[in-house]
Amino acid sequence: MSVTTAPALAAVDPREVLRAQVKWRWLETIFWLATLLPFLVAPTYLVLGSQIAITALFALSLDLIVGYCGLVSLGHAAFFGFGAYTAGLISKAGWGEPITGLLAAGCAAMVLGYLTSFIIVRITHFALIMVTLGMCLLLYEVANKAHSITGGDDGLQGVHMWPLLGHFQFDLYGTTAYGYAIVILFLSFLVLRRLVNSPFGLSLRGIRENPRRMPAIGSPMSNRIRTIYTISAAFAGLAGGLLAQTTEFVALDALSFQRSAEVLVMLVLGGAGRLYGGLIGAMIFMIARDQLADMNPQYWYFWLGLLLIAVIVFLPNGILGGCAELLARWRRKA
Amino acid sequence: MIARTISLLFDGFAYGMLLFVLSVGLSVTLGMMNFVNLAHGTFAMIGGYTTVMLMRNAGWPFFATLPVAFLVAAAASVVLERVLYRRMYRASDLDQSLLTIGIVFVSIAAAAYIFGTGQQPVQLPDYLRGRIAYGDFSFGIYRLFLVVAALVITVLLVLGLDYTRFGARVRACVDNQRMARGLGLNVDAVFSITFALGSGLAGLGGALGIEIVGLDPNFAFKYLVYMLIVVAVGGLASIRGAFVTAALLGIIDIVSKYYVPEIGAFVLYLVMVSFLVWRPAGLFARR
Repeated sequence: MSVTTAPALAAVDPREVLRAQVKWRWLETIFWLATLLPFLVAPTYLVLGSQIAITALFALSLDLIVGYCGLVSLGHAAFFGFGAYTAGLISKAGWGEPITGLLAAGCAAMVLGYLTSFIIVRITHFALIMVTLGMCLLLYEVANKAHSITGGDDGLQGVHMWPLLGHFQFDLYGTTAYGYAIVILFLSFLVLRRLVNSPFGLSLRGIRENPRRMPAIGSPMSNRIRTIYTISAAFAGLAGGLLAQTTEFVALDALSFQRSAEVLVMLVLGGAGRLYGGLIGAMIFMIARDQLADMNPQYWYFWLGLLLIAVIVFLPNGILGGCAELLARWRRKA
Repeated sequence: MIARTISLLFDGFAYGMLLFVLSVGLSVTLGMMNFVNLAHGTFAMIGGYTTVMLMRNAGWPFFATLPVAFLVAAAASVVLERVLYRRMYRASDLDQSLLTIGIVFVSIAAAAYIFGTGQQPVQLPDYLRGRIAYGDFSFGIYRLFLVVAALVITVLLVLGLDYTRFGARVRACVDNQRMARGLGLNVDAVFSITFALGSGLAGLGGALGIEIVGLDPNFAFKYLVYMLIVVAVGGLASIRGAFVTAALLGIIDIVSKYYVPEIGAFVLYLVMVSFLVWRPAGLFARR
């Protein structure tokens, strides 16, 4: 008798739900194979490609707190810039090995994220937006005024990287840079994909959906927020380190408010709360900027603003969310 | 030395009063509807450009353009509120911030397209220029005018909120929106009017501020941070809070830039973050 009831119970087993989400779909395989295409069909765009991969990693890291946890941060560039300066300064100090330098950048940003996470859990809503923004502006001012260390307005010059793995020289065409950035992006994606589809990831979504109920059912909410904020900072630091290493330069703009705002825009364009949302958003944003900014940067902002308004009003879940909705509607009809 | 300090403090106070006029509307509307409106600076910019255009192209006197700047900014805000904001009241913080950032982007590009990217100077009437000297002390006449104007506006706002029927409605909506609705108040209408008034004040601030902070297409972004600091630190929907914070902000900004230029804006941001961590709801929070 007990056998007959088992399937009904199994159907709602949360582990099954998670396992179903972890399963690779063919579309994903195609997507990641397609990231290798630029090597063959568009070798002149490899530099842009590496920029897109770096930005996508940055957007992915922000998605953890904005999309999954529902906390708005207007100052995520703080970690991006901190990682970039760490990677740049390590290389300038004479250690040009890329991978250890990159890990150091991630760790440095992680420590900063851990320290600031104690402030983050204390505040919500509007004050949270302002505090994250304020901390990013603070770091920007520090980097701006510490001219002797960071180069201030002129940016950090004299970064030089050794060949990757001892073999691949960073060249002007961006071949090594693109390959390096894509591999790091893919590895980070695998880690984050596992993370958000774990019970821990579910508890984050719980915080987004109902921050009052989570403590009531025994989920240590501030702990969870601190953990994810630290992880998110680490990945943002990795993205920043990648930018510093592949361009062999750190501009002060890595810490700017514009960078924080732009990455948020990408995330929302693509669809927050889905890992591919950040990736797609970064791709669309960077390619559109590359095409439109040639005309005039002012016009670029006009179209970006218009696109943003349209997406928020008509596609509240971003482009990917809109696609998913269309797909669901089409399936119901069929 | 003392004279220098006092006139610095005065300049800072005058600057703070300008920030107060710019941001008080944001404080009240944010407190009432919980709507994160990052496009408040756009209305200030609209007011500023209205004044510049009227003075340069139509030859209007400075004072005559001020009410028009107020009205044009208020009218623009009503249109935006009807078309876009109204749909977003129940949306998340994220959607609200991004929608309004989108509006800022569009307005910056539009202003650059129509008026060019340069600074827009205004020619003030003679009686507002120069300085008044009193013994060792000397004050800019325009800054004195600014302080007086801001104080008049503050008194009008406080009296209006505390002693008029409309003020009572606004307070009711801020304190408990659902209860106010339940008692039959038309919250949406109250909000529309408050929103228009606040944006009009921002427009007035934009016009008054041309002489002090200049006017270019990036105005909407550049002063957004200052406005947000006033609102966040002062506490939502608190006129007293916005007044005190704006005055402090102006003084800290001017004085720290004069005495310790090497750490510049650092002090300002540090003060803001520490205040917000200490009292997340603001210094003069009503709730």
